[in-house]
Amino acid sequence: MWKFVIPVAAFVALAVLFALGLNPKRDIHALPSPLIGKEAPAFDLTDVMDPSRHVDNAALKGQVYVLNVWGTWCFECRAEHDELLAIARQHVVPLIGLDYMDQREKAREWLTQLGNPYQGVGFDTDGRTAINWGVYGAPETYLVDGHGRILYKFISPITPEVWEREFLPRISAAQRSGS
Amino acid sequence: MTHGRVSMAALVLAAIAGSALGAADSTVNTYGEIANPALQARYEHVTQDLRCLVCQNESIADSNVELASDLRRQVREMLIAGKSDDEIFKFMTDRYGEFVRFNPPLTPKTWLIWGAPFIMVVVGAIVIIRVARHRASLPVDDEPAPETK
Repeated sequence: MWKFVIPVAAFVALAVLFALGLNPKRDIHALPSPLIGKEAPAFDLTDVMDPSRHVDNAALKGQVYVLNVWGTWCFECRAEHDELLAIARQHVVPLIGLDYMDQREKAREWLTQLGNPYQGVGFDTDGRTAINWGVYGAPETYLVDGHGRILYKFISPITPEVWEREFLPRISAAQRSGS
Repeated sequence: MTHGRVSMAALVLAAIAGSALGAADSTVNTYGEIANPALQARYEHVTQDLRCLVCQNESIADSNVELASDLRRQVREMLIAGKSDDEIFKFMTDRYGEFVRFNPPLTPKTWLIWGAPFIMVVVGAIVIIRVARHRASLPVDDEPAPETK
């Protein structure tokens, strides 16, 4: 009896392990954020476009919003920029930018030339806001609900498919559940 | 109780001494070293145990990436502010998850990682004992025939 059960159990365990580990869709560098479900860290930054303006999430309280972390040094941020512009045109949700490890001049130039999808773009001078949000690269995109909690984090450039599949359903659920 | 009061007094004294030394302790030289050698030693220990999430196999002490230097600055500031090593590790894992530590603490989620070597030794020992017992129970004439020259 055991001579049969043990090898079969070992085989099944290994098969499950390999199926999980070798799944080609799994990004081994993408780390789950411990902040999911927790309150979004507060920030109060100056706007890239207009340093006299403030970008802070206290002002966004009660609203579902998307925070997109980017920088002009980030190649993949250029790749998702057109999609961000398309998202901004949908007027579904406010899009807030977090300019990370960047220079204000370069960032301003980028947004002037390519178009500015953001309602406000915080300039994270010394990376402290990024540390509080657990940012370790760009682009990273967070979805925050009306109670100010982080609902979802996406690492990698946003594509139309990702927006439709991962973001839109969560956004409409969050907006319905009373913000 | 007496013991409690004594250690409280020691704590208060240490706090006073700490704040008096504060100004000198918080000095950081151009290499980013903290003037207080004890703090600098803890800084080295803590940064060795934190993973650089960009490179993932380097510690923030070893990495030249900008995020690593931001995190080193964070560690240095927290040490100077009098935070304990555990408070610093908690600050990091609250934001980046357990993966940020090279030395994950023993929790229900990680017991398998820590326990696996011991489990393997025990399983191996059981197998060896069973094989040995089985061999011992074999008839003696099972010995290989002496070599003939």
